[in-house]
Amino acid sequence: MSIRDNLTSSIELLEPVIYSMSGQGKNKAILPMPFPKTSLGDIEGPLINDDPPDLPDISEVESVRHYTRLSRLNYAIDQGMYPLGSCTMKYNPKISEKIATKLSNIHPGDTDAMQPILQLLENLASHLKEICAMDACTLWPAAGAHGELTGMMVIKKAVLERGEHRPEVLIPDTAHGTNPASCTIAGFRAVKVPSGEKGYLEASTLSKYINENVAALMITNPNTLGIFEQEIGKISELLHKNGSYLYMDGANMNAIMGIARPGEMGVDCMHLNLHKTFASPHGGGGPGSGPVLVKHELEPYLPVPWIVRNNEGRLRLVRNAPKSIGSIHSGLGNLSVLMKALCYIISLGQEGIREAAETSVLIASYMKKSLEDCYYLPYNTPTLHEFVLTDRYQKEKGITTLDIAKALMDFGFHPPTIYFPLVVTGAMMIEPTETEPLTEVDRFIDAMKKIDELSKKDPGQFSGMPASTPVSRVDEVWAARNLILSWKTRESNTEESPSK
Amino acid sequence: MKFPEDLKYTKDHEWGKAKGNRLIAGITDYAQDELGDIVYIEFNEKGSTIKQGAVFGTVESVKAVSELYAPASGTIVEINESVVDAPEIINKDPYGDGWMIVIEMNDPAELDKLMDSEEYRSYVEKEAK
Repeated sequence: MSIRDNLTSSIELLEPVIYSMSGQGKNKAILPMPFPKTSLGDIEGPLINDDPPDLPDISEVESVRHYTRLSRLNYAIDQGMYPLGSCTMKYNPKISEKIATKLSNIHPGDTDAMQPILQLLENLASHLKEICAMDACTLWPAAGAHGELTGMMVIKKAVLERGEHRPEVLIPDTAHGTNPASCTIAGFRAVKVPSGEKGYLEASTLSKYINENVAALMITNPNTLGIFEQEIGKISELLHKNGSYLYMDGANMNAIMGIARPGEMGVDCMHLNLHKTFASPHGGGGPGSGPVLVKHELEPYLPVPWIVRNNEGRLRLVRNAPKSIGSIHSGLGNLSVLMKALCYIISLGQEGIREAAETSVLIASYMKKSLEDCYYLPYNTPTLHEFVLTDRYQKEKGITTLDIAKALMDFGFHPPTIYFPLVVTGAMMIEPTETEPLTEVDRFIDAMKKIDELSKKDPGQFSGMPASTPVSRVDEVWAARNLILSWKTRESNTEESPSK
Repeated sequence: MKFPEDLKYTKDHEWGKAKGNRLIAGITDYAQDELGDIVYIEFNEKGSTIKQGAVFGTVESVKAVSELYAPASGTIVEINESVVDAPEIINKDPYGDGWMIVIEMNDPAELDKLMDSEEYRSYVEKEAK
């Protein structure tokens, strides 16, 4: 090893795992005893663990630096554009954060203190019902996919209550990837329905799949190509005539909120992604919130607890609901995300909500128009808040979508979603969101054009990209074939990735 | 891109090669190219029965997870363990060492529903948009 091997512009790269920095007695801070040992009362014997928990023993300065260094390896929406299609990585206003944090000290068992919280939740639910033109709402699902599962369980219960057996749920190939998984876990069989050449589901195609086995259609609208499902009216008619429900994955409501309402399209059940559409921080598995909204017919099956107002006008949580699918989350869902979404809705207001949707479409359309000469656009149908390009032109020089995504990092951007949706070969799914300033949008367009130019002039350069990030091109194939799932195995693993 | 003439092809990009009542099956050159580096593969159990067009396994690449669809109905009598251990073989030799399963067919006439080499070639050219 030469001395140069340890030289790097980024000291974070040398950052070890926190446990390996541990040494007995390094932590000189006096830790408060959470409770006196004598207060354990009746708890005794094997229930008491004599060994301290396996926590690293390090000093304050080491711990602060450790996490600061790690944070500098990250890329965040507070740093630059994050055009990850379908994930809606919009900027999260700090006022929502500020207000939601203030509410976090209330103990859920304190029923008096919880009154205003329940009122805020009721208020949020009524805003969501208004935005979607739906009749009832549950706020507890903790993520979009959790909302999908809840909605599918509600539909399953409703079908059973009708005394019917309908084992299938139809899913267009432009739906979100989680949809088939959610309906499978709810006990349905997912049946894929092809979308048409125009990039949306045609009622004539759907009619071939409709029969007495179909419990519901699960459609993402606008879909993952960023295209509005323009035959949704006919689709809902077909389904309802057959006694089937229309479920809408509302993860892309960002593009239509304040303009079009799912309830008026004939949707019976849907979920929203508050963390996307209503701007609360998410990503990396962070907290989400996927409220489910239904029409009256499905209301009795919604999960408990229900927020109900009694005769004195006081709100309470009702758990006794015989037809309900039961409880799907402890407490009151991800309360802080719910509060941030409410702040967002109130601060934007009716006009602001509509403007946010319009701006998201305007920015995405501007970007698409600016890039369609350099990158292949697989569908001509007008798109909304996101669009899909492919690597068809660049592939002629051997440059693929993956190379383009890696190169974008050298321009200081998080790459878009790649190789999804699966109906498009070499897809790049770009969603700029409405919160990006024009300068940042132009900077992205410029970067994409430069990458295209580079693919023609010097395609050989791509194999070394990204060059400016803390870690350059990682060997994804090697990593996937040699799974190392804990730092302990990593430390002892001597087999190195063959360098590319 | 290779399209061997002695094979039959499905719309989901599997190939099948009949030897009497037995059918060797795998995925096409186009499929492995579209998937990119394959990192994981699993098959239904040996001895299990399968219908034409039903899922007989799952293939995972760094890009995507896809299901594998049987070119014919019958019983899975053999699976290629070496591609399970080293899925990169499928990328290197999709029609040879990268074969996946052998099906003891119920009805070899089912193969008439599949495409021949020329039909599959034009099908792929149309799909690659």
